[in-house]
Amino acid sequence: MQEIERRDGRPPVVLGIRDLVKVYGRGEGEVTALRGVSFDVQRGEFVAIMGSSGSGKSTLMNLIGCLDRPTRGTYLLDGEDVSLWGRDQLAEVRSRRIGFVFQSFNLLPRTSALENVELPLLYRATPAGESGGPSIAEQARQALVRVGLGERVKHHPSQLSGGQQQRVAIARALVNQPSLLLADEPTGNLDSRTSIEIMRLFQELNAGGMTIILITHEVDISEYARRVITLRDGRILSDHPIAAPRDAAAELARAPEPE
Amino acid sequence: MTRFFLILRVAFRAIARNKLRSALTCLGIIIGVGAVIAMVAIGEGASSMVRSQIASLGDNVINIFPGSDYRGGRMMGGGTNSSLTEGDVEALATQLPYLTAVSPVVNTSGQVIFGNQNWSTQVVGVGVDYLTIRRWAVVKGANFNPSAVRSVAKVALIGQTIADQLFQGEDPVGQVIRIKKMPFTVVGVLDKKGMNTWGRDQDDVIIVPYTTAMKRMSGQTYLSMIMASATSAAALPQASEAATELLRTRHRIPPGGTDDFSIRTQADIQNVMGSTAGVMRVLLAVIASVSLVVGGIGIMNIMLVSVTERTREIGVRMAVGAKGWHVLLQFLAESTVLASLGGVLGILLGLLTAELVSRFARWPVLVSPQSVVVAFCFAAAIGIFFGFWPARKASQLDPIEALRYE
Ligand SMILES: Nc1ncnc2c1ncn2[C@@H]1O[C@H](COP(=O)(O)OP(=O)(O)OP(=O)(O)O)[C@@H](O)[C@H]1O
Ligand SMILES: [Mg+2]
Repeated sequence: MQEIERRDGRPPVVLGIRDLVKVYGRGEGEVTALRGVSFDVQRGEFVAIMGSSGSGKSTLMNLIGCLDRPTRGTYLLDGEDVSLWGRDQLAEVRSRRIGFVFQSFNLLPRTSALENVELPLLYRATPAGESGGPSIAEQARQALVRVGLGERVKHHPSQLSGGQQQRVAIARALVNQPSLLLADEPTGNLDSRTSIEIMRLFQELNAGGMTIILITHEVDISEYARRVITLRDGRILSDHPIAAPRDAAAELARAPEPE
Repeated sequence: MTRFFLILRVAFRAIARNKLRSALTCLGIIIGVGAVIAMVAIGEGASSMVRSQIASLGDNVINIFPGSDYRGGRMMGGGTNSSLTEGDVEALATQLPYLTAVSPVVNTSGQVIFGNQNWSTQVVGVGVDYLTIRRWAVVKGANFNPSAVRSVAKVALIGQTIADQLFQGEDPVGQVIRIKKMPFTVVGVLDKKGMNTWGRDQDDVIIVPYTTAMKRMSGQTYLSMIMASATSAAALPQASEAATELLRTRHRIPPGGTDDFSIRTQADIQNVMGSTAGVMRVLLAVIASVSLVVGGIGIMNIMLVSVTERTREIGVRMAVGAKGWHVLLQFLAESTVLASLGGVLGILLGLLTAELVSRFARWPVLVSPQSVVVAFCFAAAIGIFFGFWPARKASQLDPIEALRYE
């Protein structure tokens, strides 16, 4: 499908980012995290963002995720200027179109995995389960099964390993079936096999048409994407496609399941 | 609707997660509502008792006492206590159209004996109309007739307490009892009347013809008081005025001179009681509002702490798509549920207190369903009112700053 679209013309631009600048604080303690970043992302792309610590990756991700506003520059989401939107419109976009996996998980403490994953469903424009579809709990459970945590629905974050918490965070990002998935180091705490499993999931979702932007430190994780943008000191250092991305499903098939 | 339910569920879970704190938050409301319910029940019980006691006085009753100032059954001021006579009764009965019945009253007391039973009681000498005025029925036997009054007959009507004390289930009618050593024939037993406003047992009484009481028992030639019944409640003021006029003329009191009698109507008593009840109601409302406002401030306090403490949670909710009003509604629901919960527990506490008061202090209580409903709604309203500011604060947080909050 996508190949045909590409031949007919380029797929629509989802993210249009122009000269984005983000300055934190004021006066003496002023920190410029982004110093003019520009790039486009088309629908269905799988982009990895790399860069050393402090290079502005999370800052950029928060802007793309409509959580924060740029100091200068424009950000067009599906062709619309985000800077013109009010708080509730931004919330609506976060709810409807964006799935966000935070670097620090941001799960609610003392709340079961299931309830954490249910959260985005509570705030949908038409609450899930209202029009006779599967109930909220059922949708959340399916999302947890998808990330391999079907057995841990009742556990609280404090009863889960870092990797498991990360997968709960991924399930929460996916539960509303967003068209844009933003993941800030989703494999940071995972062993290599689990990391590849997550990459297989991402590649599956991407094949299904979901646009994915992934932040990572690890070069081999970035190779599952189809394009890599590297940041340094708030600027884009390089932006190039990956000719032959790695295939997580094939790798997993080759390596046998550990006991 | 589903969304409302979902947000309510979130609020319930937050409350359940912090049980001790929730309980402490509610405490102010619980005590406030409990106090209001209990006090209203006690107050209503008292005023309903007073109402029934005033009604038990009789039928649009006018009491005429000797002496210029007579209060609560005691002589207070100047004048003489022998100013009322049988002639006055006669004049009132025949000359005043506002009065349907008039009766002399002669109070005395004495020892009553029947068989080996012995009882000290109040003996009241009255005319034949006395029972009509007091709307007092004879349940066994019959009232004495005018000829008994004329002939100074030794006949008696006895109250329920006397019947119970002396006869213990035996039929008293026709029996002969001894009052101050004189034999009296019991002609009737009076209906139960209960306690009067001052807590005296109205059934601990023997009623005899007033002539008998005056000539055979106390020896007094004047009346203890005169009791009359007006044609209607509306006629009470005119009746009272006309009676004053008549008695002043009969007692030859010059214009400007002080009355040697005083008149109290049932309406006067009702007014006194009514204004007391009014004062009590205002006092109650003040106490209630103060305690509920204190409870509300407690809720606001805790909700503010809670919002600060849960800043990250709010950030997370917003990050996954919660709008300002979702957060507002969640915290508002939480404070309202807390306050309503406090209201419900307070109502239970109030009912329990009222029950205990009625059981151990033997005070009549009357729980009005209205006070329960009003208290509950008020508590819920307090939750909304005092929860609004913290909830608004929560709803206006910036998602990214809230997420970074330590
Ligand atoms: N809220 C903030 N206030 C002030 N400075 C900030 C804030 N957030 C980030 N910064 C600064 O902005 C710069 C970029 O931070 P950012 O979190 O985007 O880096 P990063 O690339 O995600 O790093 P890492 O790989 O460690 O997650 C850093 O110098 C950081 O100190
Ligand atoms: Mg980061």
